[in-house]
Amino acid sequence: MYIRVIAMCLGVPGRIVELKEGFRALVDFGGIRREVDVSLLPGVKVGDYVIIHAGAAISKVSEEDALITLKLWKEIAEVMGYGKRGSSNISSR
Amino acid sequence: MGEVLDRFRDRALILKLAKLIKGLAKGLDKIRIMHVCGTHEHTITHYGLRHLMPPNVKLIAGPGCPVCIVPAREVDEAVKLALSGVTVYTYGDMYKVPGSKMSLAQARAKGGKVKVVYGFDDVLRKRVKEDSVFFAVGFETTAPTVASPLYEGRVPEVIKLLTSYRLTVPVLRYVLSLKASPIRGVICPGHVSAITGASAWEYVVKDFKIPAVIAGFEPLDVMIAVTEILKQLREGKARLVNEYSRVVSYEGNLRAKQYLKEVFEVVDGKWRGIGLVPLSKLKLKDEFSTWDARLYFEDKLRDIGEGDDIKPGCKCAEVILGIMEPKDCPMFMRACTPSKPLGPCMVSSEGTCHIWAKYGYLG
Amino acid sequence: MVSEEVVTLAHGSGGVETLRLVEELIAPRFKYKDYKGGIGLRELDDGATIPLNGFNLVISTDSYTVEPIFFPGGDIGKLAVTGSINDVVVMGAKPIVILDSIVVEEGFPLSYLRRILDSMAEVANREGVALVGGDFKVMPRGKVDRIIISTTCVGLVKRLITDAGLKVGDKLVISGTIAEHGAAILAAQMGMEVKGGLLSDCAPLTKLMEIALEVGGVTAAKDLTRGGLASALNEMARKSGVTVRIKEELIPIRNAVRRYSEMLGVDPLILASEGRALLGVEAKKAEELVRELRMRGFKDATVIGEVVGKGGKVLLETSVGGLRPLEPPSGEIVPRIC
Repeated sequence: MYIRVIAMCLGVPGRIVELKEGFRALVDFGGIRREVDVSLLPGVKVGDYVIIHAGAAISKVSEEDALITLKLWKEIAEVMGYGKRGSSNISSR
Repeated sequence: MGEVLDRFRDRALILKLAKLIKGLAKGLDKIRIMHVCGTHEHTITHYGLRHLMPPNVKLIAGPGCPVCIVPAREVDEAVKLALSGVTVYTYGDMYKVPGSKMSLAQARAKGGKVKVVYGFDDVLRKRVKEDSVFFAVGFETTAPTVASPLYEGRVPEVIKLLTSYRLTVPVLRYVLSLKASPIRGVICPGHVSAITGASAWEYVVKDFKIPAVIAGFEPLDVMIAVTEILKQLREGKARLVNEYSRVVSYEGNLRAKQYLKEVFEVVDGKWRGIGLVPLSKLKLKDEFSTWDARLYFEDKLRDIGEGDDIKPGCKCAEVILGIMEPKDCPMFMRACTPSKPLGPCMVSSEGTCHIWAKYGYLG
Repeated sequence: MVSEEVVTLAHGSGGVETLRLVEELIAPRFKYKDYKGGIGLRELDDGATIPLNGFNLVISTDSYTVEPIFFPGGDIGKLAVTGSINDVVVMGAKPIVILDSIVVEEGFPLSYLRRILDSMAEVANREGVALVGGDFKVMPRGKVDRIIISTTCVGLVKRLITDAGLKVGDKLVISGTIAEHGAAILAAQMGMEVKGGLLSDCAPLTKLMEIALEVGGVTAAKDLTRGGLASALNEMARKSGVTVRIKEELIPIRNAVRRYSEMLGVDPLILASEGRALLGVEAKKAEELVRELRMRGFKDATVIGEVVGKGGKVLLETSVGGLRPLEPPSGEIVPRIC
């Protein structure tokens, strides 16, 4: 088997485990570690979760916001999909 | 955090939303929802989400694949340089995209010097000593990863940049402005928005009165976006909703935006399969012309032709714009198949025709 | 300028392009494609067969190149002997002898060669397979990349198992967690630190096939190599002329492998295994087979789907309830940026 590889996909959040010289940081992706460019995220700290795109951290990830989104849509799904009132609202339009 | 993010793959909730979407879509006309991001297309196809949509809800892949829309001429430039002995660094996705005559992968098989990297940072870390080229493609998300080291003086002069950056914010405006545009809702790209901020998409709602949702890349994110768009259509409203607030802020990444402004100017740009789109391309500013591969290698690139973007009869443009479905193209699955692709939509695994070719038989 | 066609890495990736090359470039040139009706160039199974008074001689040959040569969980030597043994074993045969052919680059450290030969011997000795011959050559520096090993394995069997015998209603069983060899190689190539480690699953399938044949009802078998589960499923479905439906949530994948492939943008279903088999089993035997396998050391063995009709396609019910065709891999595997 010969696989040419170089890249990592974007969109996977990693955790900053160590800040390094020259705008770089060591990031942990569920046990796999890689050095990335953090020059686009001034003030990033060890322990922050960040989105990595093409070798650079482009944004922090907020767990709090993730939980808010989950909670909101769980509720919407319950109310609209299962509550009698919710479904009649939709069909009456 | 991992555990929280896993919940964005919650099967039960996703199936609940699928039911909800079916209910919301009942009685509506054909609803075409466009996304402009290769990773959204990946999520949709990888998780088989089209199968969860009612027949009148179509998820359309707009011009969101940053390598498919690079004009053939610009691929030809990279191929020419690689074949002339200059090392060309590029991303894995770009590597397979054909130019007029060949792709960088084919150029490599012919002895061209092509190296695939994950990011520009990998090139910087290689301590390159001789003239080489980074084929810099991508959207708003990728451009800052080059602009930042360039502005900070971290790029050695031997690394030249062959830039082919394009901007999704203006191209979506262009697509929606077309008279024939049938798009009723937009899923805005998550990581472009991480840079531009949610505010960049306000025009979709204001100028076009179309529901717009900035969404993340988990299957639940996409299902939420579709539900929200249908909800708004039902209510006769058009709002901008940021479903991906865990990553995207209203104003975006200010530092990245500043770097872009310092290093590039925005000019009109050609998109493969679409044509010229006003103010949609990034060009290196004069202060950074030392790194401009097109200036430095002017001699080698002089005889590059206009490039062969689209074969005659190919309806890629209409497909990318959401005006036509692949099955309406006379070439689809006749002269143009995944193993012998004619147009860019069939070439890339994220291209709409390619996906239709592979997934069509699911009906 | 007419662009001359050349061989690309995609032609050797074990996917669609490799198959096309073999079918269009190699096979048509040879007038005789089998011996006395045995399995040959038409079937392109894991191995070829020679019918021999009630017995079948099974032969399989393969060349091995891997970067890096030494990887977590094995090396090119272990891979070379294991791989050819497995191709013979999944046809139901007992491997009896192997031959090897080694090409080495001038300047290759003898200590490396010793280690590699030790690994080859270890597998062969443990499996009771004799090395009965071979070839050894050296190429000038730069004319070959370090080392290439080819191995040929010969086995004997009465009742053959092919990769084309699936019937409607059969269950598909996988013998363990998938994609580990591919993930370990990728990680090693990238020089990445992996906490907890990713190990190649490289191992002979002899014991596994013994159990399977003992339980009975096996209609098709194949080892997962290049192209991973996606490739094996598609080949089996296509050759058997049936459509199979797989449930993604049933496919055993270690968490580290799952996360890692996700990060690379590579589907674990197309990553190689070197010690796992895909079995087609009659529905009434499936449960018993899985139970036996689990009891005797294959704790992750499980049913992952079934044959749902005629056709030749592979459908995957995704982990979130969607549906997509599972295509055979094509092109070089290159992770995506976007």
